[in-house]
Amino acid sequence: MSSKRMPKWADVLLVPILSLIIAFALSALVILAIGEDPVRAMRLMITGALGSTYGWGYTLYFTTNFLLTGLGVSIAFQARLFNIGGEGQALIGGLGVALVCLFIPWPHWSLAIIAAIAASAIFGAVWAAIPAYLQAKRGSHIVITTIMFNFIAFSLMNYMLSHVLRPPTSMDPATARFDNVLRLPRLHDILAPMGIDFSRAGPANVMLFVALLACVLAYFLMWRTRLGFEIRAFGKSEPAAHYAGISGVKIIMVAMLISGALSGMMAVNSVMGGPQRLVMNAVEGAGFIGIAVALMGRSHPIGIIAPALLFGFLFQGGSELALETTIPREMIIIIQALVIMFTGALDNMVRTPLETLFALMRRRT
Amino acid sequence: MVAEVTGGAAAKAAPAIELRGISKAFGPVQANKDINIKVNKGTIHGIIGENGAGKSTMMSILYGFYKADSGEILIDGKPTQITDSQAAISAGIGMVFQHFKLVENFTVLENVILGAEDSERLMPSLNRARKLLTELAAEYELNVDPDALIETLSVGHQQRVEILKALYREANILILDEPTGVLTPAEADHLFRILRGLKEQGKTIILITHKLREIMDVTDEVSVMRRGEMVATVNTAETSPTELAELMVGRKVLLEVEKTPAKPGEVVLSARGLKVVDEFGVERLRSIDLDIRAGEILGVAGVAGNGQSALLEALAGMAAATGEVKMNGEPLDLTLKHSDAGTRRERGVSHVHEDRHRCGLILDFMAWENIAFGYHNAPEYNKNKLLMDNHAILEDAKGKFERFDVRPPNPMLTAESFSGGNQQKIVLAREIERNPDLLLVGQPTRGVDIGAIEFIHKQLIALRDQGKAILLVSVELDEILSLSDRIVVMFDGRIMGERDPETTNAQDLGLMMAGMTGDVA
Repeated sequence: MSSKRMPKWADVLLVPILSLIIAFALSALVILAIGEDPVRAMRLMITGALGSTYGWGYTLYFTTNFLLTGLGVSIAFQARLFNIGGEGQALIGGLGVALVCLFIPWPHWSLAIIAAIAASAIFGAVWAAIPAYLQAKRGSHIVITTIMFNFIAFSLMNYMLSHVLRPPTSMDPATARFDNVLRLPRLHDILAPMGIDFSRAGPANVMLFVALLACVLAYFLMWRTRLGFEIRAFGKSEPAAHYAGISGVKIIMVAMLISGALSGMMAVNSVMGGPQRLVMNAVEGAGFIGIAVALMGRSHPIGIIAPALLFGFLFQGGSELALETTIPREMIIIIQALVIMFTGALDNMVRTPLETLFALMRRRT
Repeated sequence: MVAEVTGGAAAKAAPAIELRGISKAFGPVQANKDINIKVNKGTIHGIIGENGAGKSTMMSILYGFYKADSGEILIDGKPTQITDSQAAISAGIGMVFQHFKLVENFTVLENVILGAEDSERLMPSLNRARKLLTELAAEYELNVDPDALIETLSVGHQQRVEILKALYREANILILDEPTGVLTPAEADHLFRILRGLKEQGKTIILITHKLREIMDVTDEVSVMRRGEMVATVNTAETSPTELAELMVGRKVLLEVEKTPAKPGEVVLSARGLKVVDEFGVERLRSIDLDIRAGEILGVAGVAGNGQSALLEALAGMAAATGEVKMNGEPLDLTLKHSDAGTRRERGVSHVHEDRHRCGLILDFMAWENIAFGYHNAPEYNKNKLLMDNHAILEDAKGKFERFDVRPPNPMLTAESFSGGNQQKIVLAREIERNPDLLLVGQPTRGVDIGAIEFIHKQLIALRDQGKAILLVSVELDEILSLSDRIVVMFDGRIMGERDPETTNAQDLGLMMAGMTGDVA
């Protein structure tokens, strides 16, 4: 977009890194203000998230969530559709995972994961399809409808868990535990044959590779296929797409179905890979974090990998921080919010001065 | 060849406006470079230059929208700081923009006083404005009904309201930016009468335009801009359109199009009773009958907004229509329920959209991607059912860039980074090289520099000589007159009549464009 004003490397790397530094600096001030040591806090976050294979196990587990929701938001963004509904689509995706895991006696996890991926993708896609249809055919704004569908999804899951799926003997609004056969191989199991010792406790699992594969496939979809060409064209200019004979209804539907399916697939990680049962709020805001990841990654399927890792780090590092210091849990949310604000919403605050700087340098040479 | 003009009776007093060494850069782009200009009091001063020559930037500096990087502005010989539009107004400068700044559902009077009310109560201002409007109407033929709502007025009348607004604010210097773009020739003549009247009352007028004819007709002096620089200021009486065109472009240009008589063949497209109703239920096209033959250019003249866009979009499969249209004898599906612009392309209809920024190109896409745009389903651009062949598209783009002389010849740049003329060449290369039976062309040279205009006109004539049918829609009468083999004039969604370009002239067409005469009026 602004590539002619700045070299591409500055656009892709320098802007987000500078934004991040500003966000961390502000966070440090806030930590100072409540009487804690920001350097110690940073060190705790880093050791907590990245200092051990245990920490990595959690960081990569969260990363997997954000990769899939971030990818979902990105595909919709490419068609200029602001899908805020990743949270709801992931919740409903979780329902699909639970149904497949609870009611079919699987002989092996490998079969179950394929079915669970399919079910979560279909459930998520269906949840996205209704707002998509309303946008495509009725012009109801996708932002409003997807937000509404998040609320509907919360309430629906609430009902399902407390009335329908809860084992009669349990007080907890959650499903029963899945069969042990369905336990997904964790990084410990995958890396052990290679002689790498990885913590048994970290929940990062085989879904990490599925998510990375999805990023690569999404890249090919967007930049190598006609459908991707049409989605990007529609996203850049709706009238031009109309001129080229590209159907807006088709693009809105397809982009939202893919977006919803990807967000839904996130639940395979957070349900099958994590607690192995469907609990209340199994998504933990990953649908919303996905928006920040997509913004930071410029909605590029490969570009979102680094921000997904960053937010995985913040999530895991943040919970370590809450354990070790008097910094309250809410503080972590403030730090995350600052990162989202600077890398996503306040992008131009860093970009505009940088562009001027590059223009000045260019004129001098 | 070109002398700095300082003579004339009016020049003895200090110039109404003088710019000294004005420079302005936007990032790496130097939009204005050391501009010096004197506009004498009581004259009409033309400013001419191609798109992107820096005319608008200079005027925006004068009206306080931009701050110059260096240089100074003198009004009546006094250095003046113009920091915003309020400062410009109090310095006596009034601006009539290309796109009017009027509140559609306010009356003329309300618009005139808007922002210049004398007190909390509106009545005194309204009464004062009413009195002034009556006086001005008598004096300058500036008549508009003070109580009419803006949305009910014609474009020509709306423009008068803009002028009245400036006069109400006691402007002594009036700047008009491309004022005739939306006017019929008759309305334009009326505007020029008003401007001459204002000049006689001692007002100073700056007229920004790219139309050489208007400059020759109405101005006393003319300044020519090229690539951000002021290249010359000459006395209009001592120059010629050819000389001005050369100054604008920096080299010799052919203003006339060379072509041989058409050899019309079979009817390629025939339309009967073609109607378009837009989403608000307004009839944009009221029953059009039209035949276009192989090997001819049918020109559609008319003031913008009289149904030409609807005609193009209906034929191109972008707007649903009713009636009967046959392409090579086979009927076309006009409902768009089972077809779209893509299927229309498969039937041999190519379309150079009148708005290349909004529709013809995707500015953020790279140029090579734009070469496939609209034809991305074509087998030569695809490896198999799933994957596109980006390499093949890039190679094709390189060839097209060479044949159409697109500069810079690098299809890896985004479409946005090309100049208007080169963007249009990209669109034309894509559409013409599809070898269509019918080419629909809207405003082929809008915002295109003179050098590229020549090239584009040659390409259209060459396509015609290959025996293709061309429908040319343009608001530039000169373009219609010089390219077309037959001319139809549109007014209010209808075809007013057909003319032979050899026997008609701008006045004759102008009357039809205003809906006053014609074969069906």
